[in-house]
Amino acid sequence: MEHIRTTKVEQVKLLDRFSTSNKSLTGTLYLTATHLLFIDSHQKETWILHHHIASVEKLALTTSGCPLVIQCKNFRIVHFIVPRERDCHDIYNSLLQLSKQAKYEDLYAFSYNPKQNDSERLQGWQLIDLAEEYKRMGVPNPHWQLSDANREYKICETYPRELYVPRIASKPIIVGSSKFRSKGRFPVLSYYHQEKEAAICRCSQPLSGFSARCLEDEHLLQAISKANPVNRYMYVVDTRPKLNAMANRAAGKGYENEDNYSNIRFQFVGIENIHVMRSSLQKLLEVNGTKGLSVNDFYSGLENSGWLRHIKAVMDAAIFLAKAIMVENASVLVHCSDGWDRTSQVCSLGSLLLDSYYRTIKGFMVLIEKDWISFGHKFSERCGHLDGDPKEVSPVFTQFLECVWHLTEQFPQAFEFNEAFLLQIHEHIHSCQFGNFLGNCQKEREELKLKEKTYSLWPFLLDDLKKYLNPLYSSKSQRFTVLEPNTVSFNFKFWRNMYHQFDRTLHPRQSVFNIIMNMNEQNKQLEKDIQDLESKIKQCKNKQSDGVLTKELLHSVHPESSALKTSLCLKEQTLLPVNDALRTIEGSNPADNRYCDYTEEFSKAEPGVVSLEYGVARMTC
Amino acid sequence: MEFAELIKTPRVDNVVLHRPFYPAVEGTLCLTGHHLILSSRQDNTEELWLLHSNIDAIDKRFVGSLGTIIIKCKDFRIIQLDIPGMEECLNIASSIEALSTLDSVTLMYPFFYRPMFEVIEDGWHSFLPEQEFELYSSATSDWRLSYVNKEFAVCPSYPPIVIVPKSIDDEALRKVATFRHGGRFPVLSYYHKKNGMVIMRSGQPLTGTNGRRCKEDEKLINATLRAGKRGYIIDTRSLNVAQQARAKGGGFEQEAHYPQWRRIHKSIERYHILQDSLIKLVEACNDQTHNMDRWLSKLEASNWLTHVKEILTTACLAAQCIDREGASVLIHGAEGTDSTLQAASLAQIILEPRSRTVRGFEALIEREWLQAGHPFQQRCAQSAYCSSKQKWEAPVFLLFLDCVWQILRQFPCSFEFNEHFLIMLFEHAYASQFGTFLGNNESERCKLKLQQKTMSLWSWVNRPSELSKFANPLFEANNLVIWPSVAPQSLQLWEGIFLRWNRSSKYVDEAYEEMVNIIEYNRELQAKVNILRRQLAELETEDGLRESP
Repeated sequence: MEHIRTTKVEQVKLLDRFSTSNKSLTGTLYLTATHLLFIDSHQKETWILHHHIASVEKLALTTSGCPLVIQCKNFRIVHFIVPRERDCHDIYNSLLQLSKQAKYEDLYAFSYNPKQNDSERLQGWQLIDLAEEYKRMGVPNPHWQLSDANREYKICETYPRELYVPRIASKPIIVGSSKFRSKGRFPVLSYYHQEKEAAICRCSQPLSGFSARCLEDEHLLQAISKANPVNRYMYVVDTRPKLNAMANRAAGKGYENEDNYSNIRFQFVGIENIHVMRSSLQKLLEVNGTKGLSVNDFYSGLENSGWLRHIKAVMDAAIFLAKAIMVENASVLVHCSDGWDRTSQVCSLGSLLLDSYYRTIKGFMVLIEKDWISFGHKFSERCGHLDGDPKEVSPVFTQFLECVWHLTEQFPQAFEFNEAFLLQIHEHIHSCQFGNFLGNCQKEREELKLKEKTYSLWPFLLDDLKKYLNPLYSSKSQRFTVLEPNTVSFNFKFWRNMYHQFDRTLHPRQSVFNIIMNMNEQNKQLEKDIQDLESKIKQCKNKQSDGVLTKELLHSVHPESSALKTSLCLKEQTLLPVNDALRTIEGSNPADNRYCDYTEEFSKAEPGVVSLEYGVARMTC
Repeated sequence: MEFAELIKTPRVDNVVLHRPFYPAVEGTLCLTGHHLILSSRQDNTEELWLLHSNIDAIDKRFVGSLGTIIIKCKDFRIIQLDIPGMEECLNIASSIEALSTLDSVTLMYPFFYRPMFEVIEDGWHSFLPEQEFELYSSATSDWRLSYVNKEFAVCPSYPPIVIVPKSIDDEALRKVATFRHGGRFPVLSYYHKKNGMVIMRSGQPLTGTNGRRCKEDEKLINATLRAGKRGYIIDTRSLNVAQQARAKGGGFEQEAHYPQWRRIHKSIERYHILQDSLIKLVEACNDQTHNMDRWLSKLEASNWLTHVKEILTTACLAAQCIDREGASVLIHGAEGTDSTLQAASLAQIILEPRSRTVRGFEALIEREWLQAGHPFQQRCAQSAYCSSKQKWEAPVFLLFLDCVWQILRQFPCSFEFNEHFLIMLFEHAYASQFGTFLGNNESERCKLKLQQKTMSLWSWVNRPSELSKFANPLFEANNLVIWPSVAPQSLQLWEGIFLRWNRSSKYVDEAYEEMVNIIEYNRELQAKVNILRRQLAELETEDGLRESP
């Protein structure tokens, strides 16, 4: 609390982000220990979590006050005008401090208290059990086993304790290989395809430089290929552009030399690094934030940002994996530089294409826990949880979510969850409200005692399950129904619901999805009502037949009998008017839309004689 | 002329048909006067039944004696026929070319088409101007029907009956007609019942360089204003273009002569600019090899969505004048037959709930496009693949449909019809067995005796079996004005038209079916609950009766 000097400022204006005029809402701004809160004159509340703030900017003083622009990691942008510069300055300074904490212990998760006891909290953490997940995949088995080599984080600090490796790979081989791999991240199992007996493995780049080789590493790769009884050839997929990988050789790193490894096929797939991705998103957001954006500027901005090109590259790489396993029955080893960004993207997305389990709500949580959290995707650094190196921040996980969204667009019935689920997960990788995404690897998380001091996100999402269910989901599909997305460029669209999730006016005013979701819920309720009614009717009839002659029974009315239908002329009852409320149009107001800026022109008092050309110019500009 | 003269080879065996997302089919190719038919003669089904008038362009090439004809259709589909024998192939190609570019309208298929369905309601009489006027006359007596154009003498592109201010007599209308481009004097397009404001449309005023004026014109449009109120003139051309038009005798309303009106210039493109835009867009959509950057830059360079945004913005502006400013609007461009109609009709979609129903939308097409004299025959003569560029070819109507689709996307429950209805209208505007879209205006249609000699599209569409295909399962009448967003992030490429032949929509279609199932199941359940409740209520009263005595 020591950072907060002003807790409440009145007469603050909240500007419309896209309006070229100064349309605004006036209200009161509150600063709490965890949130910034704005309550407008209609008592509508806008809550902004301090951890969500990506940047705060104080613009030059204007006649109406001091502008404060806050950009959030969930792509909300708010533009306040604070009447007094002094207040603005205080809030600005407070937010700077509050949004960038120096210590993990100061993050929201450590103070967040959802009123659960210890055992409930522990249960929450036990919801996702990775040992169970490997069992589901079908390991251990005659070819793959659990290795205790990293039990004490001795070989690799950023890997989890439990790792699965080929049964024939001995400990010395593992240790030797880890010494030849960047950050000790040697090849381990990520996904095992039970039907094809093929595996997706992951690691970091080899320290090959221009000519170095390592027999243990070569053995380990051979062990992986031998663990596949059908196809001895395996793919080694380097997810980096070839040029980047070659440049790494000068630093003693690099990529596998096909001549040194038997039975491998080496392949680059060309996904750019975290710095390119960061600046790509930056460019995308700049374009989108432009007031009075033209169609051409939008598309050329989208093109120049390269964002969709990167999304397509990740998707293509995942498809490569899925095809290698499905078509060629080959195992695949994936790496990038350190094997925690692009490798996580490609391995998780590849598994999602191959195994329908990961397309369920629970399965998707498992996938994130496995390929992202446990394998050491540096969430805290990539999301900028703490005040750290801004060059470590990158939207790698956001890209993964976007790829999944594109798949849900192409396969609307293949996923148990809906878009809201993806958006909610995105919200919480930055919120620091739950412990799951804090820290950069499992070892660090254990040191932070997250399971004792914080809560897991997943049970809270499951509590709200209804909100995240896809009403069109067809659960009938087999476990190994593979998704084969089409990556023709025109299939990739700008994800408006993510990058403009708080810009209400840009979205359709009626949501088909919500209507269907509610109707689905209503159907379940109606089914129950029918059962209730039928049993009541039965009771009624039984009661009657008890006292009445059996003759009457013969004439008892069946629900479907035409006699009943014709005899009834009661007025139809309207049931559960849920839909009507949903169909009403939100914000149906021309002032909410981009052409609204003419309103200002209209409302201006007109001078008696307007010079024609002047008037015209004003209206067309 | 006999079609037989044009058909040198009426039949070729062992022709292979290639279509995207279908396996190749071998069969017999037949040419008739109006159709190209390919049948594999299995189960007596035809794999392809294509109207010659739907063919936009053909390419032919040879490998040895195997010829290949690539047929590019006006609905953007591309199919390929492999024809054995060079002579057969050449014959077929030249026949198709001749048959798809017949000069005379009366040789077109609608004049030969014999409907196989029972006509329940003759579409030619479904939307009579008198009936449309009755909808207004209950609300206002300020307007009247005028028969001044009965013989098409005052304005060749207007229908015989138009709605004009009551206080203006036919003599004045004749004078105004001489002051407006193409004789298109201001007429009523839409009456907003909520506040009595109106949309009128016309051709540009012929002011010329010396600022000619016409007192009757001023009187006519002022007659639509209430005392002390101002109106807006929306000129669909930029100020620059409007000024240049003066040199050719056209122009715009001078402020001095129309002091009660405020003019707003918007810039909606016309003619070859739109045609080029369509050609570029379809080209971009058809090339699956484009990488992301190239695709996005081609999409941008086509400018198609820019046109969509411009048109929608103008329509929204007109609607805003009416509904929010409480001011009447006069819309015109140069001729008043293209961008004027786009803006006026879209404003009605926004303002008027009726125009979002099937009947209402059909009435809108009939009134604001067909009778209003949009030259369909000229504009829709060719589509995206044609190389011979004519000034008058332009996808004006398709752009209008695209704009409607954009609004439909944003308000998916407010329209009684679905996307397929719009796609169907697009197809029939370019090639059809019905006479509805033939000719350029009512005068031409009269001369062609379309009502007697051809079938109306509406006769076919408005039968329950057809209508069910076009029904929007989510529709719930919405009496509000619907304001769409025109931000570039809110506008989308109309995949149902432009990517229709370029990707499989299997999964999306299946999901749509599932959605329909959920909705239908919901209705069933609601009905069943109602029945059960009544049954229970009856049983309980019976019970009560039995217990009471």
